Amino acid sequence: MTEAFNEHFGALRDQLPGQDLPWLTALRERGLQHFAESGLPTPRLETWKYTSLRPVEKVAFAAEGVPRACISIDRAPSLLPETTESHRMVFVDGHFRSDLSRLGELPKGAQLLPLTEQMSADPDWLASQLDHLNGPKVQPMLALNTAMMMNGFVLRLARGTVLHHPVEVVHLGGAGDAPLAYHPRNLVILAEGSQATLIEHFSHLGDQPYLNNTMTEVTVGDGAIFRHYKLQADALNAFNLATVKAEVGRDGLYDAFSMTTGARLSRNEVSVKLAGEGANCHLNGAYLVRGDQHCDNTTMIDHLVPNTTCREVFKGVIDERARAVFQGKLTVHRDAQHTNGHQLSKALLLSDRAEIDAKPELEIYADDVICSHGATAGDLDHDALFYLRARGIPEATARSMLIEAFLGETVDQIAAEGLCPALMSSIGHWLAGTRREF
Amino acid sequence: MAATVETVEQVRGIEKYKYGFVTDIESETAPKGLSEDTVRFISAKKNEPEWLLELRLKAYRHWLTMPEPEWAKVQFPPIDYQDSYYYSAPKSPDDRPKSLDEVDPKLLETYEKLGIPLTEQKMLAGVAVDAVFDSVSVATTFKKNLEEVGVIFCSISEAVQKHPELVRKYLGSVVPYGDNKHACLNSAVFTDGSFVYIPKGVRCPMELSTYFRINAENTGQFERTLIIADEGSYVSYLEGCTAPMRDENQLHAAIVELITLDDAEIKYSTVQNWYPGDEDGKGGIYNFVTKRGACRGRNSKISWTQVETGSAITWKYPSCILQGDNSVGEFYSIAITNNRQQADTGTKMIHLGKNTRSRIIAKGISAGRSDSTYRGLVRISAKAEGARNFTQCDSLLIGDRCGAHTVPYIESKNRNAILEHEATTSRISEDQLFYCRQRGISEEDAVALVVNGFCREVMQQLPMEFAVEAQKLVGISLEGSVG
Repeated sequence: MTEAFNEHFGALRDQLPGQDLPWLTALRERGLQHFAESGLPTPRLETWKYTSLRPVEKVAFAAEGVPRACISIDRAPSLLPETTESHRMVFVDGHFRSDLSRLGELPKGAQLLPLTEQMSADPDWLASQLDHLNGPKVQPMLALNTAMMMNGFVLRLARGTVLHHPVEVVHLGGAGDAPLAYHPRNLVILAEGSQATLIEHFSHLGDQPYLNNTMTEVTVGDGAIFRHYKLQADALNAFNLATVKAEVGRDGLYDAFSMTTGARLSRNEVSVKLAGEGANCHLNGAYLVRGDQHCDNTTMIDHLVPNTTCREVFKGVIDERARAVFQGKLTVHRDAQHTNGHQLSKALLLSDRAEIDAKPELEIYADDVICSHGATAGDLDHDALFYLRARGIPEATARSMLIEAFLGETVDQIAAEGLCPALMSSIGHWLAGTRREF
Repeated sequence: MAATVETVEQVRGIEKYKYGFVTDIESETAPKGLSEDTVRFISAKKNEPEWLLELRLKAYRHWLTMPEPEWAKVQFPPIDYQDSYYYSAPKSPDDRPKSLDEVDPKLLETYEKLGIPLTEQKMLAGVAVDAVFDSVSVATTFKKNLEEVGVIFCSISEAVQKHPELVRKYLGSVVPYGDNKHACLNSAVFTDGSFVYIPKGVRCPMELSTYFRINAENTGQFERTLIIADEGSYVSYLEGCTAPMRDENQLHAAIVELITLDDAEIKYSTVQNWYPGDEDGKGGIYNFVTKRGACRGRNSKISWTQVETGSAITWKYPSCILQGDNSVGEFYSIAITNNRQQADTGTKMIHLGKNTRSRIIAKGISAGRSDSTYRGLVRISAKAEGARNFTQCDSLLIGDRCGAHTVPYIESKNRNAILEHEATTSRISEDQLFYCRQRGISEEDAVALVVNGFCREVMQQLPMEFAVEAQKLVGISLEGSVG
C-alpha cells in the first residue's frame, strides 16, 4: 500500500496544485519522505493499537488529478433546514464544485476559499500557516496528506469578525467509476475575538469505495470561539480517516462534536493544544455502528498552561459484528496548574459479537489539578427497559427510545441552530435501518 | 502551607532507608555474566532433574531473541546482563542448617535488624516464615504445624526434589517462559522462592509469609513462587521485601504463579520497600516482576493486595485469568513514589468464564520528582456472559515536580458484561482542609485524615500481620503520621 501511494504521488506530481510554489513542493517532498519511512500505521504503534488498516490495503485505489465524476447531481445534501442561511462549499471526490457551492455574502474580515484558490490569492500567508501545527514527529497519514493534498477549504477570520451564519462543507464520495483515494487539506484560522461555526457533512453518491484522508488545521486565537460539528455518514464500503489539529489561545473556545454512522472503517483523530490561559475545549461525539464497521475515535488534549479546561464525552452504540475504539489522552504539562479536565466514554453493546475497546488515559505533571475520566460498557439498562415495557411499550420501541435518549444527551450540547434535528433524525434512521435522504 | 511542607518532609522521611546495611557473608557464587554455562551451573548446583534444565535452557535461548519491553513509562539505562552474578548461596549449601541453632549467627543478626520474628516470636506472631536469604532458603519454620494438615510450604528447590510431579504440572502453566523478557530471564536462571500446596478442603491454619532480602553485592535475585490451592482450600500469603543500601542498580525479576481450583481462594499480600535509590535517583532496585494468578476452577478467587513504596523502578502487574465460571479476581494497590522513583504498575483482569467478577482499586501517591503510572487491562471475552468489572484509580500528587498517569485498557466483547472505570487525579483540596480546620482539627491532622481516607479502601484489605509494617511504610497515608 505504501508503494501504491508512492505511485500515486509519482503519477500526480505534475497535476498537484501549487506547482509554482517552491515552499509547497518542498513541504510535499518532506511529507512523502516521512510517509515512505513510516509506511501505513499498524496496530504495532501504540496510538493505532486497536485499528488495523488492513481492509484499506485490500482495495486498489486510484488517484486522479482532474475531476471525473460519473454521477452528476444538481444539488448537494444539507443538514440545515432550507430556511437557515449558510455558506456552503461542496466537494465531490475531493474536488471543489463551484456549481454546487453557495458561498453567500461574507462579512468584512472573513474569507472562505478553496485551498487551490488560496494558493494563488495569497501564497505567502498560506506558507506561514500551512503545516505550522505539526511538530517534527508527523503521524504517517498526516504526512501522506501533506504530500498529496489536492484541495480543501480555507476559513480565515480577521480580528473581531463574527460569522453569523454557519459554514457548511459537504464532502461527497464514490462518484467515480473506480475506487479513489484523496487527501483533502483544510485550514481554519480565527484571529483574536472572532467567531465561527463549521458544519462538516460526509456522505456519498455512488457505490465505489473511496478513501478520504482529511487533515484540518485549526487555530483559535485569543478569545475566539470556533464551533466544529461533523456528521460522518460515508458509504459502508468507504474509509474515512480524519485528523484535526487544533491550538487554542487565551480564553478561546474550541467546541467540537462528531457523529459517526458511516464508513467501513473510520478514524476521527483530534488533538487539541490548550496554549493560552483560560483556553477551553469541548470534544464530544456519538457513534452508531453495525455490520462489520470499525469506528475509532482518538483524541489528545494537551493542557500546556495554567487555568485551562476541557470536557469530553463520547457515547456510542455498537451492533452486530461492529467494533468501536475510543482512545482519549489528557495530558497536563508541568506547571499547567488549575487544569480542569473531564473525560467520559460510554458504550452500549447491542449484540453478542460487538466489541468496544476503550483506553482513556491521563498523564499529569502538575499537582493542583482536577482531572477525571470514566468509561463504561454494557447492554441497555434492564430496569429501564422493564419499566417501559411494563407501560405497554413494545420492546423494540423501548430499546429505540433508550438509545435515542442515551445519544441525545451528546447532541443536546450542540450550539448550532437547526443542526440538532438533522442529527437526531440520523439517529432515528440508523435505528430504523434506513438511509437519511438528502 | 505548613501542612504540605510537613507532608513533604514525611515523604522524605520514608526515603531515609533504615534497612541499609550489608551483612558480610562468604558466598559461593557463579561466575559473573550470563551464558548457557551459568544456566547449567545453577541447575547443577540445585541438583535438578533433566526436564527442568531443558526448560531453563529453552527459556535462555528464547530470551536471547526477545527485545526489551519498552512500552512502560519508565526510563533507565540499558541493563548490562553480563555485569551481574546469577547465583549466590550462603556458605556451604551442601551442608544446609538443620535447625535455627545451626544458622550462621550473622544471618540471624540480619534478620534481627529486619525485625523478622524468626526465633522467639515464632508462635507469638503466628506466622510461618520461609526466609529467603539471597538465593537459597535458609530456614523454614512452622513446618510441622503445616504438615499436620497436609500443607506443603517449602522452597521451590526443595519442592523440585520432593514433589516433582506437582512442580512439573504447574510450573510455567500460568506464566509461560516466553511471556515477556523479564519472565523469560527468570525462567532461565531462577534460583529460589517459595512453593505452597494446599490440599483439598484445607483452610491453611496460619498466614504464610516469605521475607526476601537481596544481600550479596551485584546479585540480581530471581525468585520463583508457585502457589496451588486445590479444591475448596484457602490460603493467605504474605510477601515482604527489604534490601540493603548500595549504589549500583540491582535487577530483580521474579515470577509468582497462583493457581486456584474449584471453590479455592488465594489471598496474596505484598509490602515492597526495597531500596529506592538516593535523592538523586542513584542506585535502587529494578523491580521487574511478573505476577499472575489463574482461577482455573468454578467459584474460585484470587485477591492481590500490594503496598509498593520501594524500588527505583517498579514494573509489576499482578493479574488474574478468570477461567472458571463465577470466579473472582481482585486487585488492591497503593503505590507511593518519591524523589526519582518510577512506578509503572497495575493489573490485568482477563474474563473468560461466565459470571466472572473483578474489582480493581488502585491508589497512587506521587511526591518529589517521581512518576507513578497505573496501567491496567480489563478484557471481557465473548464467552464471559454476565461478567462484571469495577475499576477505580485515584492519584494524589504532592508537589509540582511529580507525575501521575493512568493508562487503562478496557476491551469488551460481550453485551451482557458490565464494565465501569473511574479515575481521578487531584491533590489534597483546600476545601477539605478548610472543612477539617473549621472543626478544630489541626492542619497536620487534617492532612493525615485526608490521606488516610484516600488509601483506606486498600489498607483495609491487608492482613493484620502486615498492617503494622504497612503503616510504617505508608506513613503519610495513615492516621497520626503527619504532624
